[in-house]
Amino acid sequence: MAPRSRLHVPSPPARPGQEPDFSYLQLSPAGEVHRPDVTAAARDIENLSLELVRVLDDEHHAVGPWNPHLEAPELQVALRHMLLTRLFDDRMQRIQRQGRISFYIKSTGEEAVAVAAGMALQPGDMLFPSYRQQGLQVVRGRNLVDLMCQCLSNTRDMCKGRQMPIMYHFGAGNIFSISGNLATQFPQAVGWAMAAAIKGEDHIAASWIGEGSSAEADFHYAMTFASVYQAPVILNLVNNQWAISTFQGFAGGEHRTFAQRGPGYGMPGVRVDGNDFLAVYAVTQWAAQRARQSAGPTLIEHVTYRAAAHSTSDDPARYRPKEEWRAWPLGDPIERLKEHLIALGEWSEERHQQLHKELEAHVTACWKEAESYGTLTHGPFLDPLTMFEDVFRDMPPNLQREREELRRLLDTQRSAAGDAAGQDGRGSPPRAHEG
Amino acid sequence: MARMNMVQALNSAMDVMLGRDPRVVILGEDVGYFGGVFRVTDGLQRKYGEQRVLDTPIAEGGIIAAAIGMGVNGLKPVAEIQFADYIYPGFDQVVSELARVRYRSAGEYHVPVTIRSPCGGGIRGGQTHSQSPEAIFAHVCGIKVVMPSNPYDAKGLLISAIEDEDPVVFFEPKRIYNGPFDGDPHKPAIPWSSHPRGEVPDGHYSVPIGRAEVVREGTDVTLLTYGTMVHVAEAAVRVSGTDAEVIDVRTMSPLDTDTLCTSVCKTGRCVVVHEATRFGGYGAELVATVQEHCFWNLEAPVKRVAGWDTPYPHAFEWEYFPGQARIVAALKEVMEG
Repeated sequence: MAPRSRLHVPSPPARPGQEPDFSYLQLSPAGEVHRPDVTAAARDIENLSLELVRVLDDEHHAVGPWNPHLEAPELQVALRHMLLTRLFDDRMQRIQRQGRISFYIKSTGEEAVAVAAGMALQPGDMLFPSYRQQGLQVVRGRNLVDLMCQCLSNTRDMCKGRQMPIMYHFGAGNIFSISGNLATQFPQAVGWAMAAAIKGEDHIAASWIGEGSSAEADFHYAMTFASVYQAPVILNLVNNQWAISTFQGFAGGEHRTFAQRGPGYGMPGVRVDGNDFLAVYAVTQWAAQRARQSAGPTLIEHVTYRAAAHSTSDDPARYRPKEEWRAWPLGDPIERLKEHLIALGEWSEERHQQLHKELEAHVTACWKEAESYGTLTHGPFLDPLTMFEDVFRDMPPNLQREREELRRLLDTQRSAAGDAAGQDGRGSPPRAHEG
Repeated sequence: MARMNMVQALNSAMDVMLGRDPRVVILGEDVGYFGGVFRVTDGLQRKYGEQRVLDTPIAEGGIIAAAIGMGVNGLKPVAEIQFADYIYPGFDQVVSELARVRYRSAGEYHVPVTIRSPCGGGIRGGQTHSQSPEAIFAHVCGIKVVMPSNPYDAKGLLISAIEDEDPVVFFEPKRIYNGPFDGDPHKPAIPWSSHPRGEVPDGHYSVPIGRAEVVREGTDVTLLTYGTMVHVAEAAVRVSGTDAEVIDVRTMSPLDTDTLCTSVCKTGRCVVVHEATRFGGYGAELVATVQEHCFWNLEAPVKRVAGWDTPYPHAFEWEYFPGQARIVAALKEVMEG
């Protein structure tokens, strides 16, 4: 019989009930990958897209040419940022489960991707994150109370109640407004970097997307524009193996690494151990120097694992083995940095416990304060009439009319509710339920 | 007959069509092994295999373009876009391609593609999980646009869409996937099993595209609406005490002008209700159609009740949602006019 074509449908190595299997991952021993000069031509360093840059070895020592040689105090700050990010995530997830916020997305297991990159960049560099890099907010000094108030849509919400939880923005910290639409920020970061080059500034831009959303056309717009104009930008592709229920093979990771797309577009692609703080730091620093010296953009693939559900609306037990996270060969980024500091003699289990306690208490105190500014169900509430603001700088007549219509309706409902509660004026009027 | 919610009814429609027609394939993000984030395709890959129920990369433009290619090559693809808010990367493929292939090739090629997508608010989804973009698609000639309001219609209309030789964009109001919703989020949820339209035949049947339905007969005023708002409007009519005729438009394009205008010419008054933003919304088309056909029968200006002209705000979902109070006020105003 003549051969006939058959559709290839990618299948993950393990489904629920099966043994986790990460044999598909190509790993390089720590310290083994060559570190080229930051001005090396993209075509001469294509090996970086196939190998895996790692600094921390199995004995928790920092080895090889990519070792950024950070001082112990800086590593302790990094550990603190990562642990705080994780404890914040854990708390917000519990709070969502109690029904006090509507939704949440954790970054568990991926803390190094955001924290190391954030620390390796300069404060004036502009960040265009996806919704799973809360570590960047922590590094840039955003008060947790501000993040919590956004998740609560309360009276101190930076988004004035307009966005779902985690869609932060941080103008003073040079972090762009996070979109719920996938991959849109990637080419925007390139545009920001092009503007920096046009204006002759030395700040660079960095953006993050997941491997799943690298299937969107926006990824390819970003790569093309960055390459054509040699824009000073770092394009981070966070390969956390899972995009809700579809594994990385559905984004094109079965036959090539994601980093290999870099050379395909004429820029370096660097594949890095995303759970190795030092490796992510070093690779980011390399790409940043490259961009600042007009040597062009870099695509960095962070090989990591999404330890948590996609979001609080997701149940990964339906589509992947529960034990996968424990079987992940690159470990836990926080544990690895902690063990490294202990190996250096700069940390201990006792100090770690103490830090854990201190940060837990900090998160608790922040939550208490955030809640005092209101929740979705308990006041004080934002004024609903503010929803008409910021559609434009100047409110057009149709919106002014609509705002008046809602004002009248809410007044009617409030006075009706007030009448129902008795004429003595005691008790605050309940929130109007509908428009 | 069986009791089904809207998710089960839509699933049943695809099950029936996959079973009857080997050309039918399902594709979309998370639709295969996982069965869809709203469970609408649950079990279909297990039953029909990976070659007919496909998980896809996260690329809405790619999904729609691939569906077009499959359609050109003799298949009948049903593409799921996970949220209507995420359909825009595929917009060029819809507007410039899907809608025009028949026309530009003078009928030599055509694209029998169905695009399913959950729409609408009421689930605390904020601006990226709440939109109702039906007007944007209804404005494009060459595609049919459908939005059911109950399980029976959902299954019958989806079967019609899949059987149609022209492209259909099929919006599913996700707030009523599990039960009808009267606009009051504080009331306990009502399941479809207690609603007459939760009674759904197991096998094949169809509800025609392009036909509206009178869901409540009345004499005072005609209320034109669709999707989730059908149930909110019915509740508002009960509260208001108005003897309103409520019409579920069901198909935005092509529009059943006869059913709509016969009613308005009878009652002489009209209120149009939709959840999408008001300015340039689908209600504008309904009002224009009504005045063209019923001008001399109208006793009062036609009123629109719609979402405000802002993105869907997370915290003010119920102040934004055009609920019973606003519909009652509009009915009153039209009756006094």
